This record gives sequence, structure tokens and C-alpha cells, in this order.
Amino acid sequence: MPRRWIVVLKAIVWVLCLSPVSLLAWKATHDGLGANPLSEVTLSTGHWTLYLLLTTLAISPLRKVTGINWLIRFRRLVGLFAFFYGCLHLMTYLWFDKFFDLHEIVKDIYKRPFITAGMTAWTLMLPLALTSTAASIRWLGGKRWQTLHRLIYASAIAGVVHFWWLVKRDLTRPEIMAAILTLLLGFRVVDRVLASRTVQPAAVSQER
Amino acid sequence: MLFKKPSDIPSSEITSQSVYMDRRKFMSGATVFGAALATAGCEMLKPSEAVHANTKLTTVKSPLSTSETPTPLKDISNYNNFYEFSTDKYGPAELSRKFRTSPWTVKVGGAVKEKKSYDIDSLMKLATLEDRIYRHRCVEGWSMVIPWVGYSLSNLINQLQPTSKAKYVMFTTLMDLGQFPGQHSPVLDWPYTEGLRMDEAMHPLTLLTFGLYGETLPNQDGAPVRVVIPWKYGFKSIKSIVKIDFVDYEPPTAWNKAAPNEYGFYSNVNPNVDHPRWSQATERRIGEFRKRPTLMFNGYGDQVASLYNGMDLKKHY
Repeated sequence: MPRRWIVVLKAIVWVLCLSPVSLLAWKATHDGLGANPLSEVTLSTGHWTLYLLLTTLAISPLRKVTGINWLIRFRRLVGLFAFFYGCLHLMTYLWFDKFFDLHEIVKDIYKRPFITAGMTAWTLMLPLALTSTAASIRWLGGKRWQTLHRLIYASAIAGVVHFWWLVKRDLTRPEIMAAILTLLLGFRVVDRVLASRTVQPAAVSQER
Repeated sequence: MLFKKPSDIPSSEITSQSVYMDRRKFMSGATVFGAALATAGCEMLKPSEAVHANTKLTTVKSPLSTSETPTPLKDISNYNNFYEFSTDKYGPAELSRKFRTSPWTVKVGGAVKEKKSYDIDSLMKLATLEDRIYRHRCVEGWSMVIPWVGYSLSNLINQLQPTSKAKYVMFTTLMDLGQFPGQHSPVLDWPYTEGLRMDEAMHPLTLLTFGLYGETLPNQDGAPVRVVIPWKYGFKSIKSIVKIDFVDYEPPTAWNKAAPNEYGFYSNVNPNVDHPRWSQATERRIGEFRKRPTLMFNGYGDQVASLYNGMDLKKHY
């Protein structure tokens, strides 16, 4: 894949990832957010955080299945956009729901499981966003960096649990998300098991 | 040092100068694309204004009304929880357009002297219709002020003369898979049922409701007839009623069956008893930015608190 194409594709990814927040901004200024605009912004940014987290998690399996290696070059970008929407989502809660009342926020995190799960999901994304630069990879070393970035699995699980627990009755959307997440994490487990099976005989033969 | 190329960065990772300088172009491109998307979407998402059933009703003012400013009709008729149509708030306004409210019959049965069926027109004429501006508090934490039209349910009950066996009133919503797409989904145990204790049903605030804003109810707000119990969470105010039964047992109610630990039979608005998953201490009044403190019995404590004397409202949530 020539570099020029990667650049064009990255531009497209930027546009796609920014379109939900652009749409929200446009609606906000054109009376398009309905009767409960603050709730709409909270829900929408939350949904997009999860969609982009799942997209990030889909990149490695997709690369393995299709053999298209350059897909990996988009993982960080999409992951950072997931964090971006996560931050917007957290902000709507801190501001529109709690009006930065620290006491209420702490009480909420402690008392409400779905808030606890949501805060966990965001907190786990934070170190990943902070160490997303090439410099961080060098600083931590590839192996440690990779281990750290496995936190995304926990973050995505916490995120889907957060969604599941807050829904009043219609679980269709969280169920779909949980199914996709299970598929994406399951792929990694199967992939690892298969990899260890194919490696073992080689290791045995070396010992001989 | 900053400009030294570190050895472990693959050349493919390095953004070329020209691309770097072009970032702003991408950004503005993104905005334009986003705006285009938004314009495409707005046709579908524009709140529908034409859904109001708009048959003018003759009404009189009521001393039981609040003086607070009513929520705009646009919000009352587009932001709806009406799971028979859709679990999406903006779904009912669209999906209820062709809902048939005439002919409509309400059957009254159970422990009454005479079992009776009312067609909607005769039911509406049974007593003087009043404008009742009530606060409406949803269990989800938002609220509105709604100028309902109706009369106290007690008018109907008095005419029916329930027997001594009538301890509770049970209401049932229409069951119609053809008209209610949501009833194909097992999200609740259809048909929707609700219930009140006899003294709650007889309370003057309990309104048999036929309209809002001086006109017949929009379909998505529970046409052609519903009840409104303003001191209870919104889901108690059952919509599109076809059956009223007087019974001697606590009637099964839709949300209580769905999640008994979250939705009790009484479901009185109570800022001191949280929903197991979220707080009920505050609410967002539709149209307002700051949240308001939720009032005990939704502010109707002076009128209704005595109904629950001696009851532990934490237990009977």
C-alpha cells in the first residue's frame, strides 16, 4: 500500500470519526436534538465511544483474517477517537448531570454500579491514550507497551457492562454490542490457542 | 535532538511534511462532510408537528392546576415512552400516525353493580371536561408540565357503583399486534396493565384523560383515553385503555412484572427512595438546563400524603 493511499485513507477515517460530533454540533445549533438535548448528547457520545472501541478491537482480527497488514496503521487513530468520544461522554455526565459537584460524583461512582463501570472503562482508556505515541513505545519497550495496551480488553468489557446496566428495559443494543465484543475477544483466545499448538511441536523438535 | 530520526520508528510511521501541513484541509473537509450528513439526516429527524389529533374540546378551568408554564406541545407529542409503538422516544410520534381511535370501546367489569361498555364519545361526555395542568415525572428522571383535559376518574366510578369487593381498579391497554408494532417484542408482558388502590382511584387528582392543550390526545400520548396520576411516576398513567376492572386483589402491573425490584405497585414519586440503578433525588424539566430537586409525591403531598399514612414507603416503593 503506497504511502499516499494511507494518507488518503487516514483522512477518510478522520472525517468519518469526526462526523458524529459534527452532526451533534449541527443539531445543537439547529434545534435538532429533540426535547431532551442534554440526554441526547450523553447517549450519542456514549454510543460512539463503544462503536469506536469495538472498531479498534476489530482491526487486529480483521488484519489476521484478511492478511491486509496495513490495517494496523489505523488502530491508534480509531482508538484515540474512541477516547475522544469517551472524554466527551464523561464531560456530559460531570457537567450536565452533576454540575461538577464533586461530592455527588464520588457518591455516584461508589453507589451506582453502572457509573462505576463507566468510570472504570474511561479510566482504563486514559493510560492507553497517554502512551499512544511512538516515543512511549520506545520508553516502555514494545513488550511492556503491548501488555499495558491489553487494558483495552478490560475497558471495552467495562464499557459494554456500563451500557447494559443503564438500559431501562430494551436490551437489544447492549446485547448486540456484547455479542460483537465476545466475538472479537473470542477470536483472540482461539487465535492464541491455535498459535501455541502450532508452536509446540517445533519447540519439542528443537529439544530433541 | 528533536529532529533526530530514532532508529526504531519504521519509515511508514513518519508523516511527510506535505501531509502534516495538509491537516487543516482534512479538518475543514471533515466539518463540511459532517454538515452534509447532518443536513441529510434532518429531514428524517425533524419533529413531527402534524400528528396532533386536534379535535377541539370544550373545557373549564380547574383549581387543581399548577400555575407552572406548560411544556411545549412539540415536546409533549414527540418525546414519548410508549413501548407498544417503540422503545425509542421519538418512535411513537411516527409510528402512531395511523392508529385508529374510533370506534373505541372501554369495557368495565369485575366487582360493579352493572357491567358496562362505553364507546369513547359517551365516556367523554360523562362529566364536564376540565383543563388540568399537572406536573409529570418520568421514572427515568425527566419531567414536564402538561395541560391535560379530562375529569376525575371518581365521576365514572361513582356512576358504576362498585360493590364492597372492589378493593383495586385494574386498567388494560389495547392489545393489537397490527397497530402496535412494539407488542411483537417481548420487552414487556403485553397487554400493558396498571392498577390503583380504590382510594387512589377515587382521589380527585386521578384524571380520566381525553386530551391535552384543549384538544383530543395525540395518538402517541395515549389516545383516545388514558389515566393520569400526577403524584406517581409516569408509567402508572396507563395509555389507550380498553378495559377497567374492579378487583379484590392487587392487580399485576406491567413494569412490576418486568422488574419487581425496580418498579413497585405504588411507584409514588419519592426523592428519598432511589431507583436501584439511579437516583430519584433530582430531575431534568424538559426545556431547562439545570436539574431540579424532585418533590415528594411530585409536589402533591398536601393532597395525597394521607393516603399512605402509616405505610413504609421504602418498602412499598
